[in-house]
Amino acid sequence: MSKNEITITIDGKECRTTEGEYVLNVARANGIFIPAICYLTRCSPTLACRLCLVEADGKRVYACNAKAKEGMEIVTTTEEILEERRAIMEVYDVNHPLQCGVCDQHGECELQNYTLELAVDSQHYAIADTKRETKNWSSVLHYDAGLCIVCERCVTVCKDMIGDSALKTGPRGGEALDKSYKETMPKDAYAMWNKLQKSIIVPSNGTEHTNCSDCGECTAVCPVGALTERDFVYKANPWELKEVPATCAHCSSGCHLYYETRFTSIDDPSERIFRVKNEWNFQSLCGAGRFGYDYENRDVSKDPEAFAQAVEALKKAETIRFSSMITNEEAKMLQTLKEERGVRLVNPEVRPFQRFLAAYAKAAGRSLYPDDYKTIMKECDFVVSVGAALRNDNPNARYAFNNVQKMNKGAGFYFHPVGDTLVPTFGKSVECFTHRPGDEEYALYLLLDLFADRQKLPSEVAEYLESFHETRTKKVVEKVMKTVTETVVDEETGEEKEVSKKVPETVEKEVEYDHNLLVERLGGDAENFAELFEKMNKKKESYALIVGEDLYGHPRRENLARLVALVEEACGMKVAMIPPKSNALGVALICDLDDEAHGYTVGYNQPGDFVLSALGDGDLDMPAMNQQEGTMTTMNKRVVPTNAALEYGGYELNDLMNALGLGERLTVDWTAKLPVDKGFQAVAFDDLEDGFANDGTELRGYALAQIAVEKEDALPEKAEGIEWSTEAIAYRCNPQRQFNDFTDKAHQIFEPFALYASPARAEELGEKVEVRFEGGGSLLLDVAVDERMEGPIVEIPDFKAAADVYGLFGPYRYANVTIKKV
Amino acid sequence: MSLEQFKNRNVGTQNYVMLDLGKEPANNWEKFKQVVRRSVKLELFTGLKVTFREMIKALFMGEMHTVKYPFEKLPIAPRYRAIHEMKRLLESGHYRCIGCGLCEKICIANCIRMDTRYDENQRKEVSEYTINFGRCIFCGYCAEVCPELAIVHGGRYEVSSEQRASFALFEDMLTPIDKLTEQKEYPGFGAVSPDADKKIKKTPLAY
Repeated sequence: MSKNEITITIDGKECRTTEGEYVLNVARANGIFIPAICYLTRCSPTLACRLCLVEADGKRVYACNAKAKEGMEIVTTTEEILEERRAIMEVYDVNHPLQCGVCDQHGECELQNYTLELAVDSQHYAIADTKRETKNWSSVLHYDAGLCIVCERCVTVCKDMIGDSALKTGPRGGEALDKSYKETMPKDAYAMWNKLQKSIIVPSNGTEHTNCSDCGECTAVCPVGALTERDFVYKANPWELKEVPATCAHCSSGCHLYYETRFTSIDDPSERIFRVKNEWNFQSLCGAGRFGYDYENRDVSKDPEAFAQAVEALKKAETIRFSSMITNEEAKMLQTLKEERGVRLVNPEVRPFQRFLAAYAKAAGRSLYPDDYKTIMKECDFVVSVGAALRNDNPNARYAFNNVQKMNKGAGFYFHPVGDTLVPTFGKSVECFTHRPGDEEYALYLLLDLFADRQKLPSEVAEYLESFHETRTKKVVEKVMKTVTETVVDEETGEEKEVSKKVPETVEKEVEYDHNLLVERLGGDAENFAELFEKMNKKKESYALIVGEDLYGHPRRENLARLVALVEEACGMKVAMIPPKSNALGVALICDLDDEAHGYTVGYNQPGDFVLSALGDGDLDMPAMNQQEGTMTTMNKRVVPTNAALEYGGYELNDLMNALGLGERLTVDWTAKLPVDKGFQAVAFDDLEDGFANDGTELRGYALAQIAVEKEDALPEKAEGIEWSTEAIAYRCNPQRQFNDFTDKAHQIFEPFALYASPARAEELGEKVEVRFEGGGSLLLDVAVDERMEGPIVEIPDFKAAADVYGLFGPYRYANVTIKKV
Repeated sequence: MSLEQFKNRNVGTQNYVMLDLGKEPANNWEKFKQVVRRSVKLELFTGLKVTFREMIKALFMGEMHTVKYPFEKLPIAPRYRAIHEMKRLLESGHYRCIGCGLCEKICIANCIRMDTRYDENQRKEVSEYTINFGRCIFCGYCAEVCPELAIVHGGRYEVSSEQRASFALFEDMLTPIDKLTEQKEYPGFGAVSPDADKKIKKTPLAY
C-alpha cells in the first residue's frame, strides 16, 4: 500500500491525504459535507445510493469509490448534481411509510435528515407498492422490510467487517418501473430506483433466519428503522434516551460505546439502559457489547453491617482473588493493598498472560507488543493468527482478520487445533491449519521459515529450519495435448487418408518438490504447499501476527515468547496480542500477581471466603462496570475512560480502602496514580478525552508507553509437542457473546454454560455428559452443538466464575479429559 | 403595525377629552348639602327603576341573565384549553394515539409520559399514558403537535378533585366507547385548517 502524501482540492479547500484514499473519506476528514447513505468507513463502497456524486476535474464520479490523485479538483455541488440528489431522495421517499411517529429511528433517521437537507418538498414519482413482511431474523434482529431502503449497509458491514456474511439482497418481486421515467428522470436516480425496486434484504442462507453471531452491527448501521434490536422495538424514542459514552467491559477490545438510558416506565422512575449504540464508522461491536448491557447491580443501598464485615474480612485476608473485569483504578487499589498489607493477589485469568508478557518483554527488549489491531486493519495484507480461537476469543481480532481479507485483498493463516468453518469463509486466500494442541511452536517456526529474512536469523535457527526441508517426489497429473494420427476412409471416394488430431491426455508425472515437514506436522498439505503459498504471498507487503491466549498458558510459553519476538524481528511482522479477558492488560501491568491462593480469601467477583460481588449475590455489593467511572486498558494498548451509566447506591472498593486508611476521596482520584513506570501517564480522569475525530482518529484516553526492558540473549529452543494420552481433549473457550458472569446475566444473551462440540461430536456424546479432568475434578454439563466447530476437541466455557473452570484446567487452555455419558 | 403610538408616554399631549363633572364639594358643609339634596329629590328611585324592571322581567317574564352555576354552565369557546381529551377513530373506535411521543417531547412542563410496546399485531401500542396535571400549564403544544389529532384540549375546566391523578390517565381522557357518536372534532390548536386541501401538494400514488 502506497503511503504517498498528496494534496487535493475540495470546494476550494486544500486537503492533505494519502494516495488511494477515497475522496469521501478525505472530505469527511476535512470537515466537508458530502451526502452519502450507503458508504461505511472501513468497508468497501457499495454504490447503492449514489448520493455522493461529485465532480472531479469536470467529470462526474462517486466520492465513495473515487480514489484521490495528486492535484485533483473536486466540486461537491453543482446545479445538476443537486437535481440528481434531490431526485434520488424523492425516489427513496416513494412508498416509504409516512408514520414516522411510530418508527424507532424517528429523530435520528438518515432518510428524514437527507429528505430535509436536500429540500424534497414534493413527489414526482410513483409505483405500486409491494407487500413486504416484517420478520424476526434471530433472537435479536428485527427486520421491517416496509421501511428498508436497500442501501445494503447491513450486507456490507456483515461481510466486510463482521465476517459472518449472513445477509444478502434478494428479489423483492416489485413491479417494473414505468418506461417513461427513463427519459424524464435524472440518470443516476433512475438507475438507483431500478435496482431498489428489484431487491430487498434477506438472510444469505436461504432461510427465514440468519445464522450469525448475533452481533447486531447491522441494526446499528441501518440508516432507517428497518433493522432494529427486537428488544428495543417500539419501547422508547431515541430523543428520550440519554447517551452515556463508555467503554465496553466484556472483553479486552475495550470498544467505545454509548449506553442509552431512560426512566424505566411510568410506574418506575429509576434509570435503565435501553440499548447500546456505537460509532459504527470507526468501531464495531460484538453481540456481548451490544446486547449484554443490563448487568448492573440494581437496587443496592448502603449496608453498614456488611461493610463492617467486609473491612474485617479485608484486614484478615491473606489472599484477594479477583476477576479482570475491573477498572485500572481498582487494580491499582488492589495492588496498594498488596504493597501495604502484604495480601496475595490471585487472578487465574491474567496470570499466564502476565508471565508470557514478561517473557516476551525480556526477549524483545520492550514491555509491550509493538502494534495494535487498528494498524493491522489499515495497513496489513497478510495476517496470521496463532493460538486464538478467532471466532470466540476476541471479536475485534476476528474483525481485523476478516477486514484485511476483504479490504486489503489480503491473505491469512489461521493456526488452531479446533476446526472452524467460519474462518475459511473470510477470504479466498485464508489457509487454516488444524494442528495438534501444543504445536504452536511449530507454527511460529513455520512463520520464520516462510517470512524471515535469513540474514537476520541466528545461524542455529536457520539450520534448524533447514532440517524441516526434504526433497521428495510427488505425482503430478498433467494434461498434455497429444497428436494422434488416424486412418480415415473417405466415404465418397473410398480413399484412405491419414488425419492427425490433437487429443488431450492426462499424464502422471513424478516431480521433485520441497517437502516442508513443518507444514506436515501442522496438518497442512505439504505436497502442494509451496505453490499455494506462492499464490497467497503474491503482491503482499505488510504482514501481521495475532498472538492468542493458547500461548500464554502453554507449558513452553517462554520459548514461544522468544519465538514471537524473533518472528517480529526477523520477519518484520506487526505483532499484536489478545489479552485474555476484559482488562487483562491493565491488571497484568498494574498488579503483581501471585500464583496460588493461601488462607483466608476475599473474592472480588470470584469465589472466596468473603465475596465482594457486583452480581448481587455476594456478602457485600459492589458496583458493576456500567455503574462505575474509571479507565480500562484495551488490547490496542490505550488507556480509555468509561463512565457510569446508572446510579449505584452502595459501597465501592474505594470506600473499603478508605476504611482501611488507604483510600482516596473518589475512585477516579486513583487515575493519576497509575504506575508511570509501566507505561501509564499521570493524568487526571477528568482530563481524558473520549470519542473519535472525523477522520476516525481515536481520541479516547492515551496510548500506553513502551518501556525499554533489558534484553536477554537467549535463542529459542527447538520445538517440542505435547503428548496427549487420553481419548478426549477439552479446550477452555467461551461461546460467542459470552465472556463472563455479567454477559450471562444480561437478558438478551442466552448461550448456555454447556459443553460445546461440533455437530458430529455432539451426536456421539448425547445430551448430557460428565467431564473428568486428568488433574482431578469433574463437571456435569449439557452438550450444546456449535455448528461452526469441526473435529473431536470439545469446548468448555469459563464464563461462570463459580464453576472454577480455571482451577480444573490449570493455566493451559487444553486438558486431557474423559467424557462419560450421563 | 407601528408601535409609535405606544412609545409616546407623555400623557396630555394625546387626544384626551376632559369631561365636565361640575364642581366638587369643597368642604364638609357642601358635602352634607349634596347628600340631602340628592336624597330629597329621590334620584335613587330613578336608578332603582331599572333594577325593578329587570327583576320583573327575570322573575316573571323568563328573561334571566345570570347562570345558576354549578347547575348551569356557559358554553366554552372552542379554542379554550382545559383538561385534555383523547379522541378515538370514528370508523373503528380504536384510539387515535399512535404513541409517537411528540407530545412528550414538546411538553415544556415535562408532564407527559407514555409507555409503549410492540403488540401482537406488530403495531406500536400505548400501554400507559399519563399527564401530570400538577405541572401542566395548559399551553396547548401537545394538541398542536399531535399528528393524529388524538390529544386535544377539551372543555373540562373545573380542575378540582380529591386527586389530580383522576384526570390524568389514558382511560380517563379517552372518549368512552359508548359515547363515540357524540365525539366532536376539535377545532382549536393544531386542528386542520379549513383550507388545508389547498395548501398541500398531493403525493402521486400508482394504484
